[in-house]
Amino acid sequence: MADGLTAGPGAGELETHDFDVVVIGAGGAGLRAAVEAKERGLRTALVCKSLLGKAHTVMAEGGAAAAMGNVWSEDNWQVHFRDTMRGGKMLNNWRMAQLHAQESPDRIYELERWGALFDRTPDGRILQRDFGGHRYARLAHVGDRTGLELIRTLQQRAVSLGIEVFMECKILRLHKDSEGRVSAAVGYWRPTGGFVAFTGKAFVLATGSIGKSWKYTSNSWESTGDGHAMALWAGADMIDMECVQFHPTGMVWPLSVRGILVTEGVRGDGGVLRNSEGRRFMFDYIPPMFAAETADSEAEGDRWYDDHTNNRRPPELLPRDEVARSINSEVKAGRGSPHGGVFLDIASRRSAEYIRRRLPSMYHQFKELAGVDITAEAMEVGPTCHYVMGGIRVNADTEATTVPGLFACGEVAGGMHGSNRLGGNSLSDLLVFGRRAGMAAADYAEGRTGTPTVDAAESRKVVSEALAPFARDSGESPYDIHRDLQETMQSLVGIIRTESELVQAAGELDKLAERADAVAVSGGRAYNPGWNLATDLPSMLAVSRLVTTGALERRESRGGHTRDDYPKPDPEFGKVNLVQRLDEQGRLTLSPEPLPQMPPELAALFEEPAASPAPAPGKEGH
Amino acid sequence: MADVTMRVWRGDSAGGDFADYTMPAVEGEVVLDVLHRIQAGPAPDLACRWNCKAGKCGSCSAEINGMPRLMCMTRMDELPTEEPVVVAPMKTFPIVRDLVTDVSFNYVMARQLPPLKPKAPEADGTYRMQQVDVERGQEFRKCIECFLCQDVCHVIRDHEENKPNYAGPRLFIRYMELESHPLDTNDRRELLRQRMGIGLCNITKCCTEVCPEHIKITDNAIIPLKERVVDGSYDPIAWLGRKIMRRTKRSAAEVAQDAPAFTAPTSEDRLERQTVPVAVGAAVGAGNPAAASAGPGAGPSEPAGGTGPTAAGDPFGTDAGA
Amino acid sequence: MACCRVDRTGRHPGGPGGSEPEKEDKSGVSTIDDVKPIPVTIGGVRGGPAVRTLRRDPWWKSPAFTFVVLTLFVAYTVWAVFQNADYFVGLSQHRDLISPLYSPCIVGSCVPGSHGSFLVLHWWMLTPALIGLSGPGLFRSTCYYYRKAYYRSFWQSPPGCAVADGHKRYTGESRFPLILQNIHRYAWYVAIAWNVILTIDAIMAYRLPGDGGIGVSVGSLVLTANAAALWMYSLSCHACRHVTGGHVNEFSKAPIRHRLWKVVSKLNAIHMQFAWISLFVVVIADAYVRMVAAGWFTDPKLF
Ligand SMILES: Cc1cc2nc3c(=O)[nH]c(=O)nc-3n(C[C@H](O)[C@H](O)[C@H](O)COP(=O)(O)OP(=O)(O)OC[C@H]3O[C@@H](n4cnc5c(N)ncnc54)[C@H](O)[C@@H]3O)c2cc1C
Ligand code: SF4
Ligand code: SF4
Ligand code: FES
Ligand code: FES
Repeated sequence: MADGLTAGPGAGELETHDFDVVVIGAGGAGLRAAVEAKERGLRTALVCKSLLGKAHTVMAEGGAAAAMGNVWSEDNWQVHFRDTMRGGKMLNNWRMAQLHAQESPDRIYELERWGALFDRTPDGRILQRDFGGHRYARLAHVGDRTGLELIRTLQQRAVSLGIEVFMECKILRLHKDSEGRVSAAVGYWRPTGGFVAFTGKAFVLATGSIGKSWKYTSNSWESTGDGHAMALWAGADMIDMECVQFHPTGMVWPLSVRGILVTEGVRGDGGVLRNSEGRRFMFDYIPPMFAAETADSEAEGDRWYDDHTNNRRPPELLPRDEVARSINSEVKAGRGSPHGGVFLDIASRRSAEYIRRRLPSMYHQFKELAGVDITAEAMEVGPTCHYVMGGIRVNADTEATTVPGLFACGEVAGGMHGSNRLGGNSLSDLLVFGRRAGMAAADYAEGRTGTPTVDAAESRKVVSEALAPFARDSGESPYDIHRDLQETMQSLVGIIRTESELVQAAGELDKLAERADAVAVSGGRAYNPGWNLATDLPSMLAVSRLVTTGALERRESRGGHTRDDYPKPDPEFGKVNLVQRLDEQGRLTLSPEPLPQMPPELAALFEEPAASPAPAPGKEGH
Repeated sequence: MADVTMRVWRGDSAGGDFADYTMPAVEGEVVLDVLHRIQAGPAPDLACRWNCKAGKCGSCSAEINGMPRLMCMTRMDELPTEEPVVVAPMKTFPIVRDLVTDVSFNYVMARQLPPLKPKAPEADGTYRMQQVDVERGQEFRKCIECFLCQDVCHVIRDHEENKPNYAGPRLFIRYMELESHPLDTNDRRELLRQRMGIGLCNITKCCTEVCPEHIKITDNAIIPLKERVVDGSYDPIAWLGRKIMRRTKRSAAEVAQDAPAFTAPTSEDRLERQTVPVAVGAAVGAGNPAAASAGPGAGPSEPAGGTGPTAAGDPFGTDAGA
Repeated sequence: MACCRVDRTGRHPGGPGGSEPEKEDKSGVSTIDDVKPIPVTIGGVRGGPAVRTLRRDPWWKSPAFTFVVLTLFVAYTVWAVFQNADYFVGLSQHRDLISPLYSPCIVGSCVPGSHGSFLVLHWWMLTPALIGLSGPGLFRSTCYYYRKAYYRSFWQSPPGCAVADGHKRYTGESRFPLILQNIHRYAWYVAIAWNVILTIDAIMAYRLPGDGGIGVSVGSLVLTANAAALWMYSLSCHACRHVTGGHVNEFSKAPIRHRLWKVVSKLNAIHMQFAWISLFVVVIADAYVRMVAAGWFTDPKLF
């Protein structure tokens, strides 16, 4: 009767499952990859740390960017491509940005075929909304719960294809065979604490974000950077890990919900930022790069919501890095709100009915968590750690990492967003590259020879490392170490960085790593969150290290990475990715490597005057 | 500030009891925050699920002072503080540990649902739908799968034997979403009547009362479904209409075969894949072939309840006990 | 436990194996019983203490209130039905008021004047209220709202949310007799007919024979309120919501039904309130007519 993924084989045997393609992570990216591989007829497993459908993607609010041109027929993939590159301060992998802009409309339409119900335009097409950094209203959305719609649609698609899902199963390490190809993943069941291995011909990493190393973050507990760490340990290249996005508007009060996201849709739908003096301060912070297309008076900014062609967008909708930095400066200058943020005001600008219809979950979130009625009062908001642009280096067309047999897509992969991600580009990124990773993994699995196996000695090592905290009678609680790590990263590797603090952070990380080696946990293995956290610590420390090292090395300010001591972008750094990898001795090395070069016809898109984007030749974006 | 006392259920399938934890009160906190502080302090192994802490993922379902609620959306200041705040796991599902339950029932039921069968798209490959066409379904798609409605529904909460033949309110809204979907061409009414237990629901509306997304489950999904089933099965005029128009409704068996559960592999075949022996440490002991099935979509099930091998001799085995 | 084993190729073990699994396996299934449910964990150990409920709020208040009020209503109605007198205020008092419980009065036992020209069941000598109540009784007892109310407060299934059901076995509305609740839609059609009759009664109540011909009295207002409350109650009915537009899948293709559906949906949201209001108003109307007919006071003419 035991209807479970439980006990597994007896003593001395590792519960093992064999598949063609093993997808680790069941967010949007993982689900899309698994769906693709399964549709190709391959035996596909989907493994995730929490229940199916709870991954971080479910929290995405605003929408998925795709140049469908349903609202503004002027929109096309070239404009989207250009917005993405400029938003990322040209550090993006151009080929990824191009594929993303070209393919995302099809991926959205595909969701509709699978049952998604997007908001509609009056002529029955998918409605699109405005977001920061996007020239045209481009985000397909469902109120402010687009991520839920996306993950549910993909989840239901995955279920209807019969993909096998292994829930609440945390993968710890990837193993390679003698030829250096990834052949197994070892982890444990959270409900029972029993260990398990997945052998496969191709592995797709889609484990999402790293935000849990910061104190104020919009990310869930799952965002510990396991995928980043596992790939690094398996020998993959990591790029631009210093580029971490701080979302300008997170909740700041009450303290217990500090960091929880307030969607950019609030600003897209008319909300404005004010300081304690009531001034719309964003007008004071318009950078030269965007001056040509940003309104310089409140009147023009307000007109823009109804008439995009003759007016320029309000500065509240500048890319996120600019807005986050501006809020930071206002608060530092003493013009912040009572709890250390600024005011986000939509109440005075839109009717209560409109707000409730367009932003229902924001309305509830504030009502129920903060006791604030956003249709009557302004919200208090401040920057919160949100997204990592850097990640595993992948081939733009196949999402193959530098390790054979290992693919990466979604937030865990780097390159697509450069040094700063535009809102809404992530959900479409998940779909476009999730599918491509699934295809490429399927190709690889079909072509792979030999039977992948689990290496007993290696898996034994993984298991004993994971169980070590139980054996220590005295030692620190993992919660204490986690809290100190968060404090360190928040205060020293936060939104504004300087050399001295980063050096200090590196030292702190060494100490924390030592403490983590002596961590002790009590209780049993079955659903023990203390132990689970202890097994997350190595990945969190590894990614914190990557971010800190990268941040030290990138002596400039660019996108999500801001150095107080180097406040300007440096054109030399703008030409390179900072690549980090482990050398043979297991030491972390860093080397700047040149960015891939854009072909001239795409480069030409950036030479035209900003106000008149290229027309759509042949409508390839559709 | 004053203290708060939390009375939390601790235990697993071998039994359990409430344990009291007294913590300093902090302004603006929700129940989940206090549990996190308990984890970081007196009880690091207190098991509970959570993800988003903003009522968006539906992980943190539990019964607070007896009412099924999301722990992350229940503010401490709305609960009476004279008595301890009682936090118990969802009752309808088998316990895993502490506040964590095995919700695989819901995933199994989801597998038996015949998915969307869309009609042909427009010439350009996309669809046209008006806002009024999608609005009804959008209400149901707000569901965060917290399974509180499934938990509170007395049909399975108090009558275990109904589980195999009862989809439950969460799935009823999904059926209604598909049945009223402007693109759908399938007809799941007979399936609902004969297998999915639409007749078992006695519209007592507890699901609607607990739904954190405020979905009008009973009024907007269950009752309309019952009415649609009436169209299909209990309405002689509709029957006559079908006869005259030569329209047939689809039989339950036929529709059931559209569901993934019918053709997708279940995990019986997982046994074939298992047991790749890895000689590690201890000698091969009495195997525990209890690892039967859990389909794709099936969650973790009840732990082996202390029968699994212990940590000492077998590093790979299960350790359900504390 | 029943369990459906389906192998990887999709062949159903019950069906004949073959080279084309898709087709083969469908032919092996003829009824829903051939499609075995996939196993769910039955009888797993549940968490929490073995108590009826952990709720501490006064959850029992609302079912207790419903219980008391509905019991009083039934008691009053039974009394009023079998009293079989004082339900009509006629010519002698210069009025034409009939109790809603006794309308339509179309049987042999009706007091003269109360039935107009619709005397059809000459042989019926029991109380006319049995006819008068049949339609509304059927309608109310199968009403989705009242079902909820009496399942909770009378049948205790469940008495409150997250409070244990009072019964061992439970088959809901899937078996006889409760499967008959599905006739609610017909009860609704009947109720509409009744509403028409009661509306006519209300209009007739403005005739004040021998007291100025046509005018407004308290009695006519009471019967009007009764008819109005019943219309609101039956127009907010779930069956009404379904037949007016709820069955449509593409609203944009049926704009009129969509508009109707929207109106009914608005009313439907407060169906419970209408259910109670109309219940009270019926009792008030009956009591009022009864008191006037019994001669406690005369129905005051307003203008
Ligand atoms: C509050 C919020 C709002 C957002 N709004 C938007 C928006 O409006 N538009 C937009 O485009 N983007 C938005 N984003 C960003 C976007 O949601 C994320 O970048 C995206 O969802 C990441 O998806 P993913 O599939 O890469 O990973 P995730 O959805 O994070 O999924 C990670 C998966 O990996 C699994 N996993 C992790 N580690 C392991 C392990 N060790 N073993 C097994 N499984 C593991 C997890 O269980 C999970 O299933 C938002 C993000 C947040 C936090
Ligand atoms: S209304 Fe029906 S589905 Fe909802 S809780 Fe009651 S019996 Fe269960
Ligand atoms: S319908 Fe409501 S209560 Fe039920 S699972 Fe969905 S969100 Fe939760
Ligand atoms: S933690 Fe996501 S709903 Fe409570
Ligand atoms: S009268 Fe109440 S639902 Fe029909």
